[in-house]
Amino acid sequence: MTTISAPSLLSAKKGSGSRKFKNSLATVLVYLAFGIALVPLVWLLYTVIDRGWKAVTSAGWFTDTQRGVTFSDKGGGVWHAILGTLEEVAFCAVISVPIAILVAIYLVEYGGGWLARVTTFMVDILTGVPSIVAALFIYAVFLATFNGQFAGVYASLALVLLMVPVIVRTSEEMLKLVPNELREASYALGVPKWKTIYRIVLPTAFTGITTGVVLGIARVAGETAPLLVLVKYTPNLNGNLFSGFQASLPLMIKEQVNNLNQANSGTAYHLDANGNRVAGAVANYAPDRMWGAALTLIAIVMILNLIARFVGRFNKVTQ
Amino acid sequence: MPERDAMTDDEIGARRLAAGQDEVEPPTIAGESVHHHQEKPVLLSSSEPLAIDPLHDEPPVVGAGETSIGGSGRARIGDRIFRGLAGGASGLIIALVALIAVFLVIKAWPALSDDKSNFLLSRDWSTDTSTLRFGIVDLLWATVVVSLIAMILAFPISIGIALFITQYAPKRVSKGVAYVIDLLAAIPSIIYGIWGITVLAPKLRPVQRFFYHLDFIPLFKNRGFATGTIFDGGIVLAVMILPIMTAISRDVFARTPRHNIEAAWALGATRWEMIRLAVLPYGRAGVVSGAMLGLGRALGETIAITLILSKPATGSPFTTSIFNGGETFASKIANNAAEFESAKSAGAYIAAGLVLFVLTFLVNAAARAIVNRKKDFV
Repeated sequence: MTTISAPSLLSAKKGSGSRKFKNSLATVLVYLAFGIALVPLVWLLYTVIDRGWKAVTSAGWFTDTQRGVTFSDKGGGVWHAILGTLEEVAFCAVISVPIAILVAIYLVEYGGGWLARVTTFMVDILTGVPSIVAALFIYAVFLATFNGQFAGVYASLALVLLMVPVIVRTSEEMLKLVPNELREASYALGVPKWKTIYRIVLPTAFTGITTGVVLGIARVAGETAPLLVLVKYTPNLNGNLFSGFQASLPLMIKEQVNNLNQANSGTAYHLDANGNRVAGAVANYAPDRMWGAALTLIAIVMILNLIARFVGRFNKVTQ
Repeated sequence: MPERDAMTDDEIGARRLAAGQDEVEPPTIAGESVHHHQEKPVLLSSSEPLAIDPLHDEPPVVGAGETSIGGSGRARIGDRIFRGLAGGASGLIIALVALIAVFLVIKAWPALSDDKSNFLLSRDWSTDTSTLRFGIVDLLWATVVVSLIAMILAFPISIGIALFITQYAPKRVSKGVAYVIDLLAAIPSIIYGIWGITVLAPKLRPVQRFFYHLDFIPLFKNRGFATGTIFDGGIVLAVMILPIMTAISRDVFARTPRHNIEAAWALGATRWEMIRLAVLPYGRAGVVSGAMLGLGRALGETIAITLILSKPATGSPFTTSIFNGGETFASKIANNAAEFESAKSAGAYIAAGLVLFVLTFLVNAAARAIVNRKKDFV
């Protein structure tokens, strides 16, 4: 897997002149590459936490909505957006998880034929389908053909296209890791194949599959493009997934970006870094809200990732 | 889990399935998720909302049709149903990808046939329904250039990180590093977008001004854009595609056969020479396909690019400068999502989406073909 330590002692002696130089240069470059990758990560996380902290810790952030709050008003929260995100992602998961796990079962337990080969290829293609194309597809089917109205449920359906391949991939890996001896022992007891899969293989791979599901959820929770096309933002609380505009964290961030631009373009005003008003008397709280919503979204996604890691620890097959 | 008789299970399964078959029209979405104490056929009913084309759900139904076979077949009925369900789900995935192409073509066609401009060769974009004039040249240019910048920047860095993780860092450290890189992938793209345009882009201005000194090269001409340039977009995209490119390179490097590595050591190679002799030749196909997957991701990235790129004024002359604003396929669609009210004008954007779909399809298929061919060799 990784490096071999004993021979590296030898090579340290052997290196001389230009060979030694090249080796050191390569080492420096490799370390540098890692350093460069850290810069945006640290910078971005610092920015989001630094600028979002104020809004997130303000009173009512997690319990209020943005109803009746304009960019120049203080206050308001993200409850409407969190609820929308939760509903859309949950509905998406309810559809994606069974399909994806069945596909993974087919590929691993019944695979080998042409259908499995084509499916593998199509899952790869689906992995690469841009989220905006998934959104256009749902738009073309449900809104343009069947005259549906903007609603959270359509965003969920578009997210299904993005979530399924993630879960298929991880579930497939996990099912492959289940030792064949378990299956054979089950067959030897006269248990039919489907029951072997259902009672032996799936429970063994359960934690691994759960990890995949949580990672899939984390991936779609931050998707914005499908929401932009298929559901419109509202500052009000709408718990109905199936009708009406619905807020979500990504759309709320986008909405604040719009207000940001509005405030920067002439007629309006903003606070500078020290909280002083610039060019006018109306404050703009859109930046605070934008970074606050961003911090909330990142926190949710990171927590999901941590849960996935944590569940992965209990994995029976990879230990 | 209570142990149940296999036959009973089968009967329940068959009945459920038959019932499900009758109810294909009104899909019941009762929010059933996978808990492994549920009977399998329940899964079918929760998979139905996605069954856009009921034809492609055939396999499970075919299995159910054969439940009337008597006694000895009983043990196999469960298998048939289960196999049918799993195969049906696979068929559904295949059908979905096909349907994406089909529906995009159907919805784009009226607009394309009404297009007064040449769709492939024109720079126009006017979706006024009385005179549709749209072409993809500008979109294609911005999309390809912004993605190429991202790929060129991310490629060497991703290889460096992959080598760091697999060949340089001690095992404990490498796990941590891999996790940190995965974190980059976990950050939602809209957050890259707001960070890119409000924080990073202003800091890139000096870099941009430096490149203006090289403006005898057409790529670096000053087009009067302070921020929101294709260059800014490319840098943010590079960060975004770094994780996937690293992940693929890391996988293939880690799978370098141990005897190749040891043979290189035995020849007295330095670490870098060992990497050149054993690791890089082995991983070449994987690295190339990783880069192409990254390219595919970059081509389709929507919201970050939408937020970062400034729109040039309509009718501004074509330029090859990377210090120009622009719109990619994805950002064009996202920017105008609000104007989908008329089928014709929506059709123009769907046509753009179709081109994007074909583009990413080709890039991804090529990437997979390369990596699969490699698999056959090993």
